[in-house]
Amino acid sequence: MHLLRKIGFYLVALWAAVTLNFFIPRALPGSPVDAVLAKLALRGPVAPETRQAIEVMLGADTDRSLFQEYFAYLGGLLSGDLGVSVTYFPTPVSQVVGQSLPWTLVLVGLATTFTFILGMVLGTLAGWKRGTWLDSLIPATTILQAVPYFWLALLFIYVLSVNLGMFPISGGYDYTLVRPAFDYPFLSNALYYGFLPALTIVLSSLGGWLLGMRNMMVSTLSEDYILTAEAKGLSPRRVMVMYAARNAMLPSVSGFAISLGFVVSGSIVVETVFSYPGVGFTMLQAVQNNDYSLMQGMFLIITVAVLAANLVVDLLYGVIDPRTRARG
Amino acid sequence: MATSTDPTSAVPNSAAPTAGTPGRLRASLRRLATPSLVIGAGLVVVITLFGLIAPFFVADPLAISNLGMAPPSAEHWLGTTQTGQDVLAQLAWATRGSLLVGVIVAVLALFLSAFFGILGGYLGGWIDEGFSLFTNVVLILPGLPLMIVIGSYVQQRGLLLIAFILAITSWAAAARVLRSQTLSIRTRDYVQAAKVAGEKPHRIIAVEILPNLLPVMSSGFVFALITAILGEAGLSFIGLGVVGTQTWGSMLFYAQNGQALTLGGWWWFVPPGLMIAALGCGLSLINFSIDGIINPRLRTAPKAARSVRRAEQGAERADDSEATTKEVLA
Repeated sequence: MHLLRKIGFYLVALWAAVTLNFFIPRALPGSPVDAVLAKLALRGPVAPETRQAIEVMLGADTDRSLFQEYFAYLGGLLSGDLGVSVTYFPTPVSQVVGQSLPWTLVLVGLATTFTFILGMVLGTLAGWKRGTWLDSLIPATTILQAVPYFWLALLFIYVLSVNLGMFPISGGYDYTLVRPAFDYPFLSNALYYGFLPALTIVLSSLGGWLLGMRNMMVSTLSEDYILTAEAKGLSPRRVMVMYAARNAMLPSVSGFAISLGFVVSGSIVVETVFSYPGVGFTMLQAVQNNDYSLMQGMFLIITVAVLAANLVVDLLYGVIDPRTRARG
Repeated sequence: MATSTDPTSAVPNSAAPTAGTPGRLRASLRRLATPSLVIGAGLVVVITLFGLIAPFFVADPLAISNLGMAPPSAEHWLGTTQTGQDVLAQLAWATRGSLLVGVIVAVLALFLSAFFGILGGYLGGWIDEGFSLFTNVVLILPGLPLMIVIGSYVQQRGLLLIAFILAITSWAAAARVLRSQTLSIRTRDYVQAAKVAGEKPHRIIAVEILPNLLPVMSSGFVFALITAILGEAGLSFIGLGVVGTQTWGSMLFYAQNGQALTLGGWWWFVPPGLMIAALGCGLSLINFSIDGIINPRLRTAPKAARSVRRAEQGAERADDSEATTKEVLA
């Protein structure tokens, strides 16, 4: 029952995203067709037939009703048809998405997992040893949290890449040295290029996890069952990890949705700073080129990825918190 | 993020904001004026004054000159941009622009979150189900991609439009906190009493519930301000911000496009980021103090832990936690 409710919620969220994606372009003033025509007009005179060709290409030929268009759109999505990209003409959008998605999944996925674990461990320690020097971690993380992701990225590029030459300025790998493949030269090169973007994401999202965990630890430690566990003579380590941290983690895990939204939004901008070939950078390129079908495909894939990550975390929540299973 | 991660634990202590006589008011003010609140408020006030006053005294931020990419000097305190514009003048106007956007968005977001959170939580039933489903869906959809999609379809991006986009993507977390608070307040005796006495729902919400939500709402407002300013900076930085208004984000956008990084023009891109960081830091410090008022355990726990360590192990620990509870209740 609990599981069905969860899956139902994610289906509603997915439907909302798809519907927004369909209606935003139609509800807002200014049509994509006009935007593309205006761009073409800069290069020279545009023949009247061009307008019709662009309308067909963008799926804006207007002899169908909005309702019919909506269902045709849903049907297209189900068969994986996201339209054709203008920037990478004539590559289908789904293929462009497929090329950029692994970069972001690995970068954001690894960075977020690492940050989450680090934040939980440091937050547990800071809450457990409250009133010691570890409390001074809090102001430091506050400052890091207030720094915009992309500005931190700019500083890293300026100091470490431009001035010290330790890291590359942009890109996902060195085009001149390696080709994408599952071998050591490519992976090590990609790791080298991905280090600064990942460091940016880790540093700017660590504070939120750490602080939330620390505050929950402080609250949990004054519960009666902690006192009982201590009175039973359990080792402090066991009390800290199995009794306090396990319960204090729950709000952080269930608040994953909020935080992941922040991280994904931040990483989109970080990707544009580093020209990292992931979904964020590709989405921005689509915006600059008025490539509407690519942009909407990117929006959809980012949303689906966020929803999927949250579904996984929700399922894991049942493992950490037995109460959710008992209720169902 | 700081406030939204523990929505369950932050039950407001209704005793905190009631101070009757001026003497008690002064005493409670002294207790609340923690170092973090003083530093935080100081940072915010200084930046706000800079944004309000400085634009009247600086030169035209858009006037170009031949002196491009000049480092800080007596004439240009923060140097010049690639086209010879004065960075200090730009910073002054950008501060005003960013603060303006931030405040508008925070007010809009506060209104939206109060509407969906408090009304849903109080009325219950299918309205609550619907509102809370809507809130959770908005919460889980990533904000920036949605802003990018909306922003790229509109060519004339005015201040109000950007504020509106930022507001509709940033109210949900606060609404969820407000809803859970309202649910817990709704069942208290004085609300029940008002209901039995035949008070109208809008009066119960305004008189009995809202005052108890004020600490949570003010914390939500401060948080919305941080989110809005960071969000606007991100949106402007990728070139989708307000057309024709200078903000910290648009300064960084022009700095990156003007090769400030590779030409070594640190005076161009460091100040706007520092301003965002300082303001965000100040607002977070204020939020910590509000958190401490809402959840006194966070405030007293480090002190209590220190005294426990000083005392001997064993029975004293229980006594001290009792003392902590008394201190909280007092």
